Amino acid sequence: MNGELIVFVILFLITITGALLMLNLSKVVHMVMALVLTFLGIAGLYVMLAAEFVAVVQILIYSGAITIIMLFGIMLTKHTGEEKKTGFVKKGIVLSGITAFFLIMFFAVKDLSLGGQATTLHENNTEQIGIMLFTEYVIPFELVSVVLLVALVGAVILAKKEETKKEGEQS
Amino acid sequence: MSSIPLSAYLVTALLLFCMGLYGALTKRNAVIVLISIELMLNAVNVNLVAFAKYGVGASIRGQVFSLFTITVAAAEAAVGLAILIALYRNRATVNVDEMNTLKK
Repeated sequence: MNGELIVFVILFLITITGALLMLNLSKVVHMVMALVLTFLGIAGLYVMLAAEFVAVVQILIYSGAITIIMLFGIMLTKHTGEEKKTGFVKKGIVLSGITAFFLIMFFAVKDLSLGGQATTLHENNTEQIGIMLFTEYVIPFELVSVVLLVALVGAVILAKKEETKKEGEQS
Repeated sequence: MSSIPLSAYLVTALLLFCMGLYGALTKRNAVIVLISIELMLNAVNVNLVAFAKYGVGASIRGQVFSLFTITVAAAEAAVGLAILIALYRNRATVNVDEMNTLKK
């Protein structure tokens, strides 16, 4: 039992515990808080996979931004704050389907090994990503900035209060 | 060299994906459905980063791709929440079972 394995098991348990809590807690705010645990665990897994920059981005975007935005969503919309229960039959059907999917995928990936292992990912990780972004992936990078701008403007337009309609104008 | 096999990461991601899928299909609150979808996207990111280290011709590309995925997921969360708030203003509900105007 080496140290790497222990760290992996701890991060795995954090990740899975967060997701299980998300599914089983009853208050919506607690669910979002449980998911922060999952996001942090995934960030730890990224560090183990020599992806330090992606780990930091994960913490910034998911644990920071998306959690806050979801909390605002709950705050602006909640009326009871409690999750209502879904019907037993529907839950059973969904659960059996997902279990079948899980088993198929599990047996597909459980012994998967592709041989190669990258050994230089951790050396100047951010620099490597930056070079790749601004040489090979420069067009997707610019397109993503357009996507973000469109999403920003679209979100503002969708969420802003509708102005009072003028006389005789159809809704 | 790392001693954790690739399949360990893939099984973690698979578990996360299955739990996200279960949450997205069974939860009634639309905010929780959105956040379950985020969980599924996160599982995909774990796979991308794992293949960036262990895949065939492993290189930094997987990490760059996961950054793009994170960006698009953030945009999706923002737009989804904006739609949710607009819907809440019109229908005064966040229950996905009551969002059935197109069915009537």
